[in-house]
Amino acid sequence: MRTQLLKLGAVFAMLGILAVGGGTAVLPEMRHATVHWFNLTDKQFRDIYSLGQVAPGPNMLMVLVIGYRLMGALGAAVVGAAFFIPDCVLTLLANRLWIRFEGSPWRLAVQRGMAPVAIGLMSAGTYAIGKLTIVGPITGRLNPLSMGIAIGVGAILLWRHVNPGLLVLAAGAVYLLLGR
Amino acid sequence: MPPSSTANESPAAAKNVALFDLFKLFFMAGAVSFGGGVVAYEREYLVGSAKWLSDEDFLSTLEIAETLPGLNSVNIAVIVGDNLRGIPGVIAAVAGLVIPGTVIVMVLGILWSSSRHDPRVQHFLLGIAAAAVGMLSVVTLQLGRRQFQSALDLAIIVVTFAAVSIFKISLAWVLLAIGPVAIFLYRPAARRALQRTAEPHLPFHRGPRHGKLRN
Repeated sequence: MRTQLLKLGAVFAMLGILAVGGGTAVLPEMRHATVHWFNLTDKQFRDIYSLGQVAPGPNMLMVLVIGYRLMGALGAAVVGAAFFIPDCVLTLLANRLWIRFEGSPWRLAVQRGMAPVAIGLMSAGTYAIGKLTIVGPITGRLNPLSMGIAIGVGAILLWRHVNPGLLVLAAGAVYLLLGR
Repeated sequence: MPPSSTANESPAAAKNVALFDLFKLFFMAGAVSFGGGVVAYEREYLVGSAKWLSDEDFLSTLEIAETLPGLNSVNIAVIVGDNLRGIPGVIAAVAGLVIPGTVIVMVLGILWSSSRHDPRVQHFLLGIAAAAVGMLSVVTLQLGRRQFQSALDLAIIVVTFAAVSIFKISLAWVLLAIGPVAIFLYRPAARRALQRTAEPHLPFHRGPRHGKLRN
């Protein structure tokens, strides 16, 4: 039990620190770690990810529910602390260093070089959630309704800004009405 | 955007912000941002309502927050908290930002744990996940619109994506292998040769529309 908790903490501390490009960037790694090293299922991972979309604040607070699901309240506390605290410490240190590098040409090199890496990781995160959502986990068949919702939501957002909270709830309602 | 206080003086440096006010501002941002878009609320409150930061201050903060690992909204809380009040400020800002969402996501998680086999719950959540796929796609396209148009950047994007999604290489290795190469490709000497335009290139610089969606 204690070794499992430590392992869970170590995994999420690592994920927090590696999140280059935000939370989406670590979704593939997070899914892999929680499904293969702990006994979360793909479906549970997807459901918990969706809960994070409904709650306010950073969507990645959903990691708390992953911890809760795997190891109860203690698991939630460990995952929360591990995911957020090392990253905050790192950011704090980097913020103080960053000011010292004001005007350094390398600062721009880091920014420009890491920007496409971050976009690549975000694309991979999007793909990971897309695969879990649009392709049936067992059947491997395409789910036309979730594909339609994803395309519809994307089209709406390209067209105009809509409050994402409302959009998410509407999409849930559509699936509730039309899904079998 | 709202007028900044004086021309050269950063409003952040001028003010002595109370810790509780710092906590309250980030608590609000963390409480109202349903469905994500926390960064946009942080900007609205910090720049618009409280006027602790000029819009320029906020953009340079966002730039640092996006380059550093971790969640952008949390990184902003850390940087603003640190710049305004040091380490106590960081604690106040981050705590404020995550407390509302923590309470709500845990309540939802507990409810879900007891009803997750209900097909209605499953359908509702599947619809949400599908919406998230649409949102993430648009956010990625918008954030990367500059990068998707540059051959070098596009190559880095494709290699990174393939390493994670196709070859399933662990993220730490991906970053250790691709990160230094990408930075090297943009090293100061090479950049001068690559530079096509005189304008400064800020990879994530963008309008509020994109910020709205990001979390």
